[in-house]
Amino acid sequence: MASKRFNALPGFGLTMGVTLFFLSAIVLLPFAGLVLRTLGLSWSEFWGLATTDRAMAAYRLTFGASLIAAVTNAIFGTLLAWVLVRYEFPGRRFIDAMVDFPFALPTAVAGLTLANLFSANGWLGRFLVPLGIEGAFTPLGVTLALTFVGLPFVVRTLQPVLEGLEREVEEVAATLGAGRLRTFASVIAPSLLPAILTGFAQAFARAIGEYGSVVFISSNKPFEGEIAPYLIMMRLEEFDYAGAIALAVVLLVFSFVLLIVINLLEQWASHFEH
Amino acid sequence: MSIELRNVTKQFGQVAAVSNVSFSVNEGELMALLGPSGGGKTTVLRMIAGLEVPTTGDIFIRGQRVNDLSVQERNIGFVFQNYALFKNMTVFKNIAFGLKIKKWKRADIKDRVHELLQLFGLEGLEKRYPHQLSGGQRQRVAIARALASKPSVLLLDEPFGAVDAKIRQELREWLVTLHHDLNVTTIFVTHDQEEALEVSNRIVIFSRGHLEQVGTPREVYETPANEFVARFIGVMNVLDAEVKGGVARVGELQFPAPGRRDGSKVRIGFRPYAVQISTDLTLYPYRAVLRHTFFLGIMLRLELELASGLILRSRMTKEEYAQLGLEDDREVSLQIRNFRILSSDTSALSPEQEVQHLMPPTIGEHI
Repeated sequence: MASKRFNALPGFGLTMGVTLFFLSAIVLLPFAGLVLRTLGLSWSEFWGLATTDRAMAAYRLTFGASLIAAVTNAIFGTLLAWVLVRYEFPGRRFIDAMVDFPFALPTAVAGLTLANLFSANGWLGRFLVPLGIEGAFTPLGVTLALTFVGLPFVVRTLQPVLEGLEREVEEVAATLGAGRLRTFASVIAPSLLPAILTGFAQAFARAIGEYGSVVFISSNKPFEGEIAPYLIMMRLEEFDYAGAIALAVVLLVFSFVLLIVINLLEQWASHFEH
Repeated sequence: MSIELRNVTKQFGQVAAVSNVSFSVNEGELMALLGPSGGGKTTVLRMIAGLEVPTTGDIFIRGQRVNDLSVQERNIGFVFQNYALFKNMTVFKNIAFGLKIKKWKRADIKDRVHELLQLFGLEGLEKRYPHQLSGGQRQRVAIARALASKPSVLLLDEPFGAVDAKIRQELREWLVTLHHDLNVTTIFVTHDQEEALEVSNRIVIFSRGHLEQVGTPREVYETPANEFVARFIGVMNVLDAEVKGGVARVGELQFPAPGRRDGSKVRIGFRPYAVQISTDLTLYPYRAVLRHTFFLGIMLRLELELASGLILRSRMTKEEYAQLGLEDDREVSLQIRNFRILSSDTSALSPEQEVQHLMPPTIGEHI
């Protein structure tokens, strides 16, 4: 074959084959199965199942709370990463390790802990509830849980980028007359934006899929405390497979669109690197 | 007087990075701060810029004391070794950055940036991002950016450190031309003596935070203030010898040292030019092998190894080199025309003491 080229590592064909098989088996096959099941439904049946009032309320809670959680994480996660990278202080390594806590902790434990903390007689709840702030069994609680599970994503994607920032760039901006705010806004922030967006997307996607911690802190009542994954669970328990699948497809499509949008945003934000 | 440092000291904790340094730079001068790494030269540059604050002492820029002036207010241009370009901005925006902050009018900014692009041979690249530029182009953007708002002084930290040897020579010549054209007071830091000698009007030599000598390349070269300078500039071979029977001996080399006590230690210094070489092995008394030849423009630096393992440095022009038909690993004979006895019984002296004890003006040249 004329096109055969020398390659340091042999076996491209084999590795590519294995990779594609693995990807298909783990990711594509379940998706295909999901989509195939919906083909058993007519479009109007599907639409009816996917857009019941109860489902709409569940989407609102899931996407709304996830968005708020992801935005909160993008802001405070950035701040946390900045402090961890830029300053030396006692306990820095400990706090750095703590950031991974939400990764390691079983989400059910997290939900249970938060629910206890914010319930009317919990440590925080006993002070907050009289003030009208009810954390447990409310949408606020859901948002809190989602913020908790999403925090590490922003911090961990941002840390290496912050460490890679050249100090000289800030100094040179100062010699050109730029104050701190100006330097941050026009030099530092644009370099961080792609990483912040990545972290935001991951935290958002994670929050949409989160189940374990939310079911413990939410009231789980239809129309007020029911997240979409929980509603899917309910449908399954009612043996309403078609209903469950319709909901699942909506989540799937939404997550997919979200991924594409965020990828485009990242590309736009890092246009100066490609 | 463009810039003056008076008794400037900078402490980092217990360590004095710069101790009691005073020197001045004239308007329009191209000054080199030279010294081995850790000598304090970069700290001096950063203090002039306002990126570090002196622990004691005063810094003046154009007669104004600037100790309490922030970096932003000093109107200096600073070029970092790694260029520190804003990677999220185009070449145009990089150069325009300082002008925007100083609230220049849009049209004026455009004119100034285009003027600089032209001056620096960067036309057509204004829409590129830093990662799309070559090393040399990045450096020129960095210098253009530093010069945009017409600073009172241009400060360059190891300007040729990050480029390879080939481009280095070009960049040096380019810097000299640029300085000649713009006539802006320029201070650059380097650890390369050749670079300092070739490029600058005057040189400040530092070692371990102390100022060793200020002078023109010629002064520094011809009358080094002390042994450190002499060695660092590379203008002197210095050998430790022991006196026996009125002759100082080191390896196979012998230097007449009349009147010196037997067993006393002396240092023998001689310039590379004093080392005469011939390919006729019987012409001169000592045998050596030419180990390396360094090409430095029209001058060559040779490293010669004697049979005893001693290394001597010599210099000659390209023509002489060609006439002699020299090449690396060639065996030669050599003699040392003249030398100095730098000191006697110095084995216990620290470098600072050496500065005072070594090379008093009364030491004559022995033929």
